[in-house]
Amino acid sequence: MAISIAIPAALRAYTDGKASVTVHGETAGQALDALTTGYPGLAKHLRDADGKLRSFVNVYLNEDDIRFLQKDATPLKEGDTLIIVPSIAGGR
Amino acid sequence: MSTLSNDEIARYSRHLILPEVGMEGQQKLKASSVLCVGTGGLGSPLLLYLAAAGVGRIGIVDFDVVDASNLQRQIIHGTSTIGQPKVQSAKARIADVNPFVQVDVYEEPLTSENALRIGANYDVIVDGTDNFPTRYLVNDACVLLGKPNVYGSIFRFEGQASVFNYQGGPNYRDLYPEPPPPGLVPSCAEGGVLGVLPGIVGAIQANETIKILLGVGTTLSGRLLLFDALTMKFRELRLRKDPDAPKIEALIDYDQFCGVPKAATPREEAPVIQSETFGRISVEEAHRRLDGGWKPFVLDVRNDAEAAIVRFPFADALVPHTEVAARLAEIPKDREILVHCKLGGRSSQAAAVLAANGYTVTNLEGGIVAWARTIDPSMPVY
Repeated sequence: MAISIAIPAALRAYTDGKASVTVHGETAGQALDALTTGYPGLAKHLRDADGKLRSFVNVYLNEDDIRFLQKDATPLKEGDTLIIVPSIAGGR
Repeated sequence: MSTLSNDEIARYSRHLILPEVGMEGQQKLKASSVLCVGTGGLGSPLLLYLAAAGVGRIGIVDFDVVDASNLQRQIIHGTSTIGQPKVQSAKARIADVNPFVQVDVYEEPLTSENALRIGANYDVIVDGTDNFPTRYLVNDACVLLGKPNVYGSIFRFEGQASVFNYQGGPNYRDLYPEPPPPGLVPSCAEGGVLGVLPGIVGAIQANETIKILLGVGTTLSGRLLLFDALTMKFRELRLRKDPDAPKIEALIDYDQFCGVPKAATPREEAPVIQSETFGRISVEEAHRRLDGGWKPFVLDVRNDAEAAIVRFPFADALVPHTEVAARLAEIPKDREILVHCKLGGRSSQAAAVLAANGYTVTNLEGGIVAWARTIDPSMPVY
């Protein structure tokens, strides 16, 4: 099913500047894999060498962090939005 | 509870007639204290509003001096205070906004040695810093001291805000257990920032701080507010305590935790990679050799916006450092490559990529800024 993934400004250099990318997937993990297949430069920013989601990038399904749902196995439904929320430190 | 003088009553009348504040609330604000870590983009509006609101005592921690490039967003400082320590510039401005506020200045970096001592004297601590080590330090100090941490962070057009460690709620480590490795996330100096953005996010932090001090309303505790200034959209995400998070028991070495070498690199730029796989050259030496007929392929790895500000007339190509690996075809393999960026950090990363792909490459240390400062002062520095 079609899922919209919101890309933060910090990672748009890897999605040709796109703020939102639509992909297909049944689970959060599948949707993220579809995203990084389309934009391979994103892969190392989302997952570590073992394929685990990095601890400084959070992925939310609508309002909830998938770490506290079923992580990569979190099921999706049509019209869901995944939101990538990276750690940013700017303040000056 | 502190009493209010007639001058204070006149000053705070719009608060006093507001039932949620009133005389009692205004006296609470007068009796309260806030520590603001950082007097930059976030700290500027935050400090101005806390001072205007009548928070009795405000501590400010910063060791930087006011620079012309700060004034696009750091509205507590001004042209007349360029070159002054930020804490002094801010203190003078606060005294003008509201002479009833006591200001404590700490002209030093917040460290694992002083954070608990300084933080212990305040009711609320506000994080207006610009780097990961200090953000984890502020968070952990708040947890150890049992103080709320009012969080705000910005990047380009996007901001985040929350309230951590408040009434048993989650803290920064529940949101991000670990920092990104250095260089993976660009800084504001590298990525740019819309000047109004820290104004909006800092004002949200001021709002949350005042609510905590007054004990009114619903704070952002347990919620992460995301703001996109380009689309003017706010989004709210649920924050939870991470049951697997290690317990914070003491302050640690945060530079080490964040993988940042101590003072090894200008902190506004990606870290300089030290490697034997590529050469490095000072601007003086590069200038001398170029004058003597050296003809390397000069590769600028900054972005288009930076190149529009200033560039070397002898640059051969512009390829942003994040795109170098994908655009090797544009870079000749049979030429020696001289790679540069603004300050030398991103170009060192590009140099490592090029060297790994068989190029002979030299990194210009200090970047185009060092060149402008020492070789050609007619060039602008940004």
